Amino acid sequence: MNFNWLPPLLGLVLAPLLLGVINRTKAFFAGRKGQPLLQSYFDLARLLRKGAVYSSTTSWVFRLGPLIGLAAMFTALQLVPMGGQKSLLHFTGDVVLFCGLLALGRFATIIAALDTGSSFEGMGASREAFFGALAEPALYLSLAALVRHTGWSELSASLGVLSERNWVDVDPSLVLVTVALLAVFLVENCRIPVDDPNTHLELTMIHEVMVLDYSGPDFAFILYGAALKMWILGSLLIGIVLPALSSSAALNVGFSLLGVLGLAVLVGIIESVMARLRMIVVPQLLVVASALAATALLLGVR
Amino acid sequence: MKLEWLLVLLVLSNLRLLASGRLGAKIRTVAAQGILLGLVPLLGSSGHPGVHAIAIATAGIVIKGFFFPWLLLRAVRETRINREVQPYVGYLASVMIGLAGLAGAFLLSRQLTPLPGAATSLLVTAALFSLFTGLFLIVSRKRAINQVLGFLVLENGVFLFGAGAMGEMSLLVELGILLDILVAVFVMGITLFHINREFDHIETNRLADLKD
Repeated sequence: MNFNWLPPLLGLVLAPLLLGVINRTKAFFAGRKGQPLLQSYFDLARLLRKGAVYSSTTSWVFRLGPLIGLAAMFTALQLVPMGGQKSLLHFTGDVVLFCGLLALGRFATIIAALDTGSSFEGMGASREAFFGALAEPALYLSLAALVRHTGWSELSASLGVLSERNWVDVDPSLVLVTVALLAVFLVENCRIPVDDPNTHLELTMIHEVMVLDYSGPDFAFILYGAALKMWILGSLLIGIVLPALSSSAALNVGFSLLGVLGLAVLVGIIESVMARLRMIVVPQLLVVASALAATALLLGVR
Repeated sequence: MKLEWLLVLLVLSNLRLLASGRLGAKIRTVAAQGILLGLVPLLGSSGHPGVHAIAIATAGIVIKGFFFPWLLLRAVRETRINREVQPYVGYLASVMIGLAGLAGAFLLSRQLTPLPGAATSLLVTAALFSLFTGLFLIVSRKRAINQVLGFLVLENGVFLFGAGAMGEMSLLVELGILLDILVAVFVMGITLFHINREFDHIETNRLADLKD
């Protein structure tokens, strides 16, 4: 039986749950009870019921931003395989489209933030562009190393040929790619060593500051898009770490699902034990991630 | 396969040396490099490591992994200088240049025909990259301790190259080199201390100001 449709569906339904898992992990470490696991769903439902308010200085760019962002993430979700299942949308070279969609989502958010005319949001947009420009080489080099390592420029095929052999006689280049992608995952999703998703202090925010002017359904789209982005990058990372082991498709998808939830727990642990890095140290983190990915690529090209 | 891992770790430790400004952390990284390097002859020889390999490994690990760091950490403590403030080349730029050097090392090692004794072609790459890192550290940093560290990394590269090119290397030659750098680092450590006491700094770019 073909389970092609299952991974995107799981992503659409379970993406907001990741935030709940992260928050519960952090609450556990802090000795609190924490918000309900389904809090992000409640937030989304509440926001969707509300009306949107638009500032008179904004134009159609501002209104289009969340739509483009969500559409880009939705399309990217169709490209990412899970648990050895081929993704719904797959063709040779879809890695490039994947990168392009992530970049498009970022561009939509940045241009919409600039459209508000608020200097505050402009600052956030500038930071996002700066860190994005540093995170993208790390992501691209990681994917290039993966493509070079497996010999397939199609995400589904590339992750499909990985097997437990890659981890039994552990492969240096895959480990390097994993570490680099974990750094990219934390940066792209604005998690703690880079950005604190809880803070609303203007000096430290990156992502939150760009979406301050949104309300109602628009904000719901942004939150949902961000959750999807976390799911996409998370399942990509898990696709490398946890290759399909058993012959049963359902079991493989189940393992990957557990892997993604485990990744959310890991993020929660990282956020509990680490402090946010100073802003000027973040580029170093990203350059180190790029350096690891570049080393992996060079090992593959050798 | 284990040797390959060791060499990747060596390459990463070189990148870390380029990226870091704290002298203490750098000294420890060079120490770790010395220990990793000591393991190369043990893993490199096919089959059971001989007496030669064990002797070189032990001497290398004790001297490079424990004696040098102790000496240099003492020098850092005495001179009360624990970080490079303004290198000629910034840390991020250094990492970029290092990556370019790594690519060059890969290209260059492809041109060289590997000897039948060499376990993996990565050995030559890692050796060339160590040479590059060592030279780059020497020319791009101001604090004199970095020059000592650069010299050590350079020597690590030479050692690795010897291990790769010779396969079974001559015990006498290797031990001789080890003794040489032992004396060299010893002298450099003492010199550092004296330079610092005379001039209140160990910045190489200001040593030319003397003129008497």
